[in-house]
Amino acid sequence: MMWLTLLMVLPLAGSLIVAALPKENAKLTKQVALATTLIVMGVTIAMAVGFERDNVELQFVEKYAWIPSFGINYALGIDGLALVLILMSTILAPVVVLAGWNEAHGGRWSVKTFYILILVLETMIIGVFAATDVFLFYVIFEAMLIPVYFLIGGYGTGDRSAAAVKFLIYSLFGGLLMLASIIALYVMSGAQGGHTFDLAALSKLEMSSTTQNFLFLGFFIAFAIKAPLWPLHTWLPDAAQSATPGTSVLLLGILDKVGTFGMIRYCLSLFPEASKTFTPVILVLAVISIIYGAILAIGQRDLKRLIAFTSISHFGFITMGIFAMTSQSQSGATLYMFNHGFSTAALFLVGGWMISRRGSSTIADFGGLQRVTPVMAWMFFLAGMSSLALPGLSSFVSEFLVLVGTFTRYPVHAIIATFGIVLAALYILIPVQKALHGPTTPGNENLSDLNLREKVAIAPVIAVIVLLGFYPSPLLKVINPAASHVIAQFGFSDPVPSMNSGDK
Amino acid sequence: MAGPTPVSALIHAATMVTAGVYLITRSNFIFDAAPTAQLLVVIVGAITLMFGALIGTAKDDIKKALAASTMSQIGYMILGAGLGPVGYAFAIMHLLTHGFFKAGMFLGAGSVMHGMNDEVNMRKYGALRKFMPITFVTFGLGYLAILGVPPFAGFYSKDMIIETAFNSGGIKGIILGSVTLLGAGITAFYMTRVMVLTFTGTSRWDEEAHPHESPWLMWLPMAILALGSVTSGYLLSRGDALVNWLSPLFEDHGEHKELLSPMIVSTLALTMVAIGVAFAFIKYSLNEFDAEAPSDVSIFTKIARQDLMQDRFNEAVFMRPGQALTEVLVKTDEAVIDGAVRGVGRAALGSGASLRRIQSGFVRSYAMLILIGAVALVAAIWVVTQ
Repeated sequence: MMWLTLLMVLPLAGSLIVAALPKENAKLTKQVALATTLIVMGVTIAMAVGFERDNVELQFVEKYAWIPSFGINYALGIDGLALVLILMSTILAPVVVLAGWNEAHGGRWSVKTFYILILVLETMIIGVFAATDVFLFYVIFEAMLIPVYFLIGGYGTGDRSAAAVKFLIYSLFGGLLMLASIIALYVMSGAQGGHTFDLAALSKLEMSSTTQNFLFLGFFIAFAIKAPLWPLHTWLPDAAQSATPGTSVLLLGILDKVGTFGMIRYCLSLFPEASKTFTPVILVLAVISIIYGAILAIGQRDLKRLIAFTSISHFGFITMGIFAMTSQSQSGATLYMFNHGFSTAALFLVGGWMISRRGSSTIADFGGLQRVTPVMAWMFFLAGMSSLALPGLSSFVSEFLVLVGTFTRYPVHAIIATFGIVLAALYILIPVQKALHGPTTPGNENLSDLNLREKVAIAPVIAVIVLLGFYPSPLLKVINPAASHVIAQFGFSDPVPSMNSGDK
Repeated sequence: MAGPTPVSALIHAATMVTAGVYLITRSNFIFDAAPTAQLLVVIVGAITLMFGALIGTAKDDIKKALAASTMSQIGYMILGAGLGPVGYAFAIMHLLTHGFFKAGMFLGAGSVMHGMNDEVNMRKYGALRKFMPITFVTFGLGYLAILGVPPFAGFYSKDMIIETAFNSGGIKGIILGSVTLLGAGITAFYMTRVMVLTFTGTSRWDEEAHPHESPWLMWLPMAILALGSVTSGYLLSRGDALVNWLSPLFEDHGEHKELLSPMIVSTLALTMVAIGVAFAFIKYSLNEFDAEAPSDVSIFTKIARQDLMQDRFNEAVFMRPGQALTEVLVKTDEAVIDGAVRGVGRAALGSGASLRRIQSGFVRSYAMLILIGAVALVAAIWVVTQ
């Protein structure tokens, strides 16, 4: 059964139905979009049940010739890593649709267009994680920019056009570098037994270390912009500030994961030697991202920008976990990608509700919400606790795995990164204190608490955060084999712990 | 200290603040392997016990005085835990006995506040013994326990820590032993001060105060805790009960030198306690005492009233530099990193604008450019082929 193609076709079909609906009936549009994303979620879960956890080979493989004269195939397949990210995306999609029920109304274009863009984007998200043909991956990677560009520029707030353009140019720049590397790979494959874009075949190419380094950088910079790694991050706060909360969830929670996913799937498997060469630099950048993102989050006065900077810090953890190259740090990084999706979704969605009620995203404009809107305040508090990785919530498990895994090989990096946890307490507790506690500031007295739709939307997110906090093993059982496979592939083994008993 | 007294009792006695002591003893195998870390633990413990005791002497708020006392007692526990296998069991024993008497005293403070319209200033108490006999007795038993008067609970646990400190060997042992001994004296001073100001002497109440004993629902827990303050030390150390119970957890390193015998340590400790009590008694019971805190006090009192400047220190060393760093980085991110990105954008726009002028539409200027280009090309080929 063609599970992955089915998953990609469903949202596309949904978008066609939405397109055929009358423009006036916004409610029906939303209902169709919600139904579509729910069906996609159901099908994904059904597919995940059939996934063989201990099989490290690609599963649900499909391959059809697309442009045979260039050796381009429509080739799909997933391992544990891709499965986890597709699961995250398809669970978050209906949440985003339901949570942002009214956010399309202030847009430049119709509500209908908004949901067409969202559904098309979901198709691409599934495709980008499932593609095993480098050309197919690249096409989707670039095509994804278009719906996001329109979602920010057409439905955002504030300086939305500028933010959308900045996002587009940043991403295109990275994409072009990656395209150059892909073409070089393609040319080399022709000299070594036939032109192809097949990922598995390309990873067997022979090349000099200089070539490998340059091609690696082409891919890595593209992914480092996506996953924002310091100092390529400045598009993210602007985009997050201007985008609607739902779009921000799709952008930071899901699309940015393509960056960290790409580092594992493409950088490591295509250029193992170059990956080792650049690891010291990348680890330093990752640690800088962790601390820098956290400090800048503390300094933000705008709630959306604050959340954006917390993500820069979190992506630092993920990148560090990937390149620390131990099985724990790899598993932790993958789990972190999943958990970050949910904790960021919770923060952006609840934060978005607070902002739309208050009509301002400045933290100082809030105050005393705990008394006025207790449910909303509790949800924001929980989301914040998940972001600062409180034990018992999902992020703790992944952050701890990353830190422990990194420590065994790079103790200094891990120790410095640990300060990110202390700073996380600051950047979360400051807005919690200012917005939720203290006396109710004027203008907040009559804010309404969450309605039933909003409660239904946030409940599964919180449920996932709490459940995986106490019982992460269902997910780790899928992730661990894939992560160990990545480590083993590059000839790494976990360092054996040693105790220095010499001077005792 | 903002929480209600039962919460304070719980936090100070059982949960939260003593977690550090538990953590160190629980991970004893790590500390046993790291002597430098153990030394650091001991130093931190000694400083904490002195800081807490000194702050306790200057506080007029009954809850704050008790809180400073907790800090000091935890200093004892940490110090004990830092002394390694010989100290772990006594650190835990002091944690347990302290749990009884400190929780009892916090509930007692709550009972006093309940009878005094939530007044917390001890300068406005006095002579409450007659009006709150049960609170006085239960609080008083806790007081005797924390002082380490035999046979009350603190005598067993605190004296063992003092003894272990003295016997830890060398200069270190003498310094640590002296600190714990001095701490015992200061503890006696500030706790006697609390007792005298609250329960004896003349009343310095506000006019609307009508002190009365609390209902049984409030004093019953205090009575139970007072029972523990009296007996827990004896019960835990009878036949080395707790030490034997915990011994499977700790790796013992054999024989220990004995600098001072238990008898001498107890005598020294009780002497210090007696001196502390006497000082406090002379200062607060035999002399006049104002309901208003005097402001013409020595610099030491002023510093102690401000918690030995700890908050000021944290503000100056961590908070303000941290805020400055945050501000600088926010501006740098805006100006330098994003500035570079915007600069690249502007450069692209600018080069486009200037290159556009070449596209003038005049055929003659195009012909001129073609000529220049052709000459340059020929010249280049000539240079390369030479």
